[in-house]
Amino acid sequence: MKHYFTLLSGLAIFAALAAQALRASPPTYPPVEPGRSLHFPRDHGAHPDYRTEWWYVTGWLHTDSGAPLGFQLTFFRSRPPLDEANPSRFAPKQLLFAHVALSDPATGHLQYDQRGARIGFGLADAITADTAVSIDGWLLRRGVDGTYFATLAAQGFALELALQPTQASLLQGENGYSRKGPRPEQASFYYSLPQLTVSGTVTRRGKPERVNGTAWLDHEWASAPLAVEATGWDWVGLNLDDGGALMALRIRGKDGGTYWAGGSWRAADGSTHPLPPDSIAFHPLRHWRSPHTGTDYPVAMRVQAGGLHLDLAPLMDDQELDSRATTGAVYWEGAVTAHSAGRTIGRGYLELTGYAGRLVY
Amino acid sequence: MSGLRRAAAELLLGELRAHPWPALVGVLAIAIGVAMGYAVQLINQAALAEFSRTVNSLMGNADIEIRGPRTGFAESLYPRIARLSDVVVASPVVEAEAWVPQHKQALKLVGIDVFQAAQVTPGLIGRPSSPRLANLDLLGTDTVFLSPTALASLDLKPGDALTVQVGLRPVTLRIAGALPALGEGLHLGVMDIGAAQWRLDRLGHLQRIDVRLRPGVDAAAFAETLNAQLPAGVIASTPQDTRQGTASLSRAYRVNLNVLALVALFTGAFLVFSSQALSVLRRRSQLALLRALGVTRSGLLRLVLTEGALFGALGALLGLALGYVLAALVLRYAGGDLGGGYFDGVRPTVHFDAESALLFFALGLSAAVLGSAAPAGEAARAQPARALKAGDEEAALAKLRPPWSGLVVVAIGMALTQAGPVSGLPVFGYLAIALLLVGAIMLMPWLAHSVFSRLPASQRAVFHLAYARLAGAPGRAAIGLAGILASFSLMAAMVIMVASFRQSVDDWLQAILPAQLYLRASPGGDAGYFSEAAQRIIASTPGVARAEFSRVSQVLLDARRPPVTLIARQIDARQPGRRLPLVGAALTLVPGDPPAVWVSEAMVDLYGFRTGRLIALPLAGRSVTFVVAGVWRDYARQYGTVALSRDDYRALTGDTHVSDAALWLAPGAGPAQIAERLRHRLAGGDNVQYVQPGEIHVASMKIFDRSFAITYLLETVAVLVGVFGIGASFSAQALARSREFGVLRHLGVTRRQIGAMLALEGALLALLGVTAGLGLGWCIALILIQVVNPQSFHWTMSVHMPWLLLVQLAAALVVAAALTALASGRRAMSAGAVHAVREDW
Repeated sequence: MKHYFTLLSGLAIFAALAAQALRASPPTYPPVEPGRSLHFPRDHGAHPDYRTEWWYVTGWLHTDSGAPLGFQLTFFRSRPPLDEANPSRFAPKQLLFAHVALSDPATGHLQYDQRGARIGFGLADAITADTAVSIDGWLLRRGVDGTYFATLAAQGFALELALQPTQASLLQGENGYSRKGPRPEQASFYYSLPQLTVSGTVTRRGKPERVNGTAWLDHEWASAPLAVEATGWDWVGLNLDDGGALMALRIRGKDGGTYWAGGSWRAADGSTHPLPPDSIAFHPLRHWRSPHTGTDYPVAMRVQAGGLHLDLAPLMDDQELDSRATTGAVYWEGAVTAHSAGRTIGRGYLELTGYAGRLVY
Repeated sequence: MSGLRRAAAELLLGELRAHPWPALVGVLAIAIGVAMGYAVQLINQAALAEFSRTVNSLMGNADIEIRGPRTGFAESLYPRIARLSDVVVASPVVEAEAWVPQHKQALKLVGIDVFQAAQVTPGLIGRPSSPRLANLDLLGTDTVFLSPTALASLDLKPGDALTVQVGLRPVTLRIAGALPALGEGLHLGVMDIGAAQWRLDRLGHLQRIDVRLRPGVDAAAFAETLNAQLPAGVIASTPQDTRQGTASLSRAYRVNLNVLALVALFTGAFLVFSSQALSVLRRRSQLALLRALGVTRSGLLRLVLTEGALFGALGALLGLALGYVLAALVLRYAGGDLGGGYFDGVRPTVHFDAESALLFFALGLSAAVLGSAAPAGEAARAQPARALKAGDEEAALAKLRPPWSGLVVVAIGMALTQAGPVSGLPVFGYLAIALLLVGAIMLMPWLAHSVFSRLPASQRAVFHLAYARLAGAPGRAAIGLAGILASFSLMAAMVIMVASFRQSVDDWLQAILPAQLYLRASPGGDAGYFSEAAQRIIASTPGVARAEFSRVSQVLLDARRPPVTLIARQIDARQPGRRLPLVGAALTLVPGDPPAVWVSEAMVDLYGFRTGRLIALPLAGRSVTFVVAGVWRDYARQYGTVALSRDDYRALTGDTHVSDAALWLAPGAGPAQIAERLRHRLAGGDNVQYVQPGEIHVASMKIFDRSFAITYLLETVAVLVGVFGIGASFSAQALARSREFGVLRHLGVTRRQIGAMLALEGALLALLGVTAGLGLGWCIALILIQVVNPQSFHWTMSVHMPWLLLVQLAAALVVAAALTALASGRRAMSAGAVHAVREDW
């Protein structure tokens, strides 16, 4: 599900409204329908016809001294509902955004940076053949052997990572058709690459350090906006210590209850088990109030996903990302450890959106 | 001592009560000088501050600004710049000045890429008024965000439609919100860069790239390195360069106005001098009494200087208040460009400025103190015992200098006219004028003596007496003569200069407007144009015998100078003088020569584009070699104009659009009729501006007269100086000569005859002053025309003598002088003959 409209809220959500406002006709987006099978590497690349798309990498790193770090890097693509007849090379037909964040317990708060650009002039691009998406030097690209390379020199820190798959793609939902609501068109194409082996360099305050770790990559594209009944969602992706992987999400309705839920569990033996909506539950264990925005986030959660019962504990509390300067959303995206029956069984990322008010303009 | 002080104060006030006018006029003259100087300063400061704020908002925190010609440069430069390793952000910008037909004003429209601009010029990011479509509106294909000033002056609000003219078409945009960060004074709208390129016909081109550099990179050095790699005509500059260019825009104009203010101050000082000289003379015995009562010499000096300082302070304070009001009025009704057209689209407001207030207060004060210095010295030097007796007055003014020192000063002045400008200002020209003036004043007593002593003797008593008097005491006449000389020469100089300029502009307008009807694609801005189709329709309209089209745009040759105007029009290389008012001979081109350009005089001064030289001009991003085939006069543009043949321009740039058309009509076709026909035939013909040369002529001359209005005020001040100089001089003489009048009366000379004698003396003195003043004025006018104007504004003019006006002014001054002399004498005569003769006892 991921930042369905976190970043592109204004651009993505009110397509219908926008279409009315504009006399010119907006683009028509292809619907997301079941039965389409994903083909790689083509589907690693961009799908510019669809309204929204993202490549989302989260993971845990440790330096040579063993200190843990969390990182998140995301590239978003959007095809805004604007008149596409504009022959200008600057016409904003395709937009790219990127967020990069570093969770360093020694710092105590999230370090992050963000960029936005319209695709064009080779300065910002997302090719269709394979994953290669870049904004002005920030880059995520998939090599021929399947290894991803990420280079992001941000304000205050820089990431230079190689992410090597150890497992096959985890197709979410029905072979990648992942539903996001009760209506069939409320869906996205969605696959994940859990258990990526990470090696590379993290540079902080001008000092490069070698890092190793494990990461999770999501690639998702869709055309339909999020249901108007929803306010936000909770999402978790965990690399389990036994080699398995868990993704669970719930979309919260305006009443605070669950509007939709879903997930998948890949067992240690590689077998994949889709999780039906009623098998998912999120229970807040502890709230943290952001000193930056005053928002309360349930940063510690008890998650029930199929047969798994997990307690999520954040690497640190302050993992709030405020992107209002560029794209408008305030959300919490944090490294967490998963405990079950008193012992750590995995690590991953928890995402909490819609807590700073509904993500609506 | 306090008693003495009281007595001194009493003396001062008594004098002021008895003769308030001379002092008041002095105060007023100083006030005018201070007011003018301060107002010019305030107006310019306000305009510059506003302009600088504009530059700041438009450039944000850019370290480097890359600009090109008005038509823009190829957008492919943008990725090249963005990829440079020292560049952190490159923000591409499209600019157009579009005409808003409904509101009859031009609006600057800026197209930005919000993603880049957010990091360089955040002030240009619009605030959408509809929250739901917020981000979309920032990227909209038909949305525009207006500055608060633009919203106010167009009387529009978010949600309204805004229609601008592009080509001859209307383009309707939706006002999606405001630009609150821009504050007051900035008249512009912001669009998405893609939308701007599309809607405003700017596809493929950019007008600007704002660049932020990696911290630690030296912007000036970077710009210099970059400039070597940029396409021709595209220049990288630092914000400092831009600001410097802005400040220098109006500098020459401002300095010239300030010089006029200095002239007013100078006349103020002179008036204070003559009124103080007179009042010291008048109070000679009282001042001597004070001395006898124990006031020291320096005490007396201080007293008279204090008096002068009080006048000065009064005048200066009055001037500051006047200046502030004047500045506020000018800014409110005329804008910040002082009538010079330098700061378009800027609407500044006046702010009190203590520093310059202090400066002009000090100037006013020193003018008055300086004016009082000589009379104060005179008063202090007097021997109390002698001064207490009547009839001592003559000694005070009986000095005759030899002519040598005056001649030397004049010679130095003459020599200085040959010097060039100092950083674009005619410093030596002004110095020369000042020296000529001072030298001539120094020569006056000698001249008076030589002339009047040679006057033929007359049988008639009145003439005889007047001649004798003038020849005998020329030193006494010095004040009056100096006053007349200074005033008339300055007046004559300005009259000659303005008349010459006016006539030259008049001739020039005739020369540049040979057609019968002129079309401009839009009345303002640069977004309107005639396409090739429109050009064909215009040329083929029945009644149009001949149509010539021109493309006016701007190119940048030097980052520190304003852009140069480029005019592509039909020019017959064999007869360029038929379309351009050439100065000097034009080059005859031979086959094989590079394409020709004809440049305005400013191009010669600023860029050294002399006739016959090969020069390079950036066209369409390439450097093209031209030969300068001639120089022409352009009074419309101070910073340089280059004219070239439209065929060459089109071949070199591929630009087929034109902005203007000149139409020669078939016999029997009237301009109004043709305009009406075009309105119907041309799509968007209603947006076209149709003007007849007569209208342009009238409007231009009106603008001319308005910008010289200030000189008329100064001429009035100058006349005042002359008349009061005479008045002061004759009042002083009348005082001194009351015994003489008494004796004459005893000898049987009638009052009428004495009056006639005085009037004649005044008239003769004035005649001499006016004659000398005319000669001096002519010299000063020549300096103004041939040194000051070319050095300040880079244009020449031919000399035209407005003889009738000059003779009228001279006659008026002579008559006024005679009457003033008569009036000053009356009081002395009214004392009665007996009393006057007895005064000695």
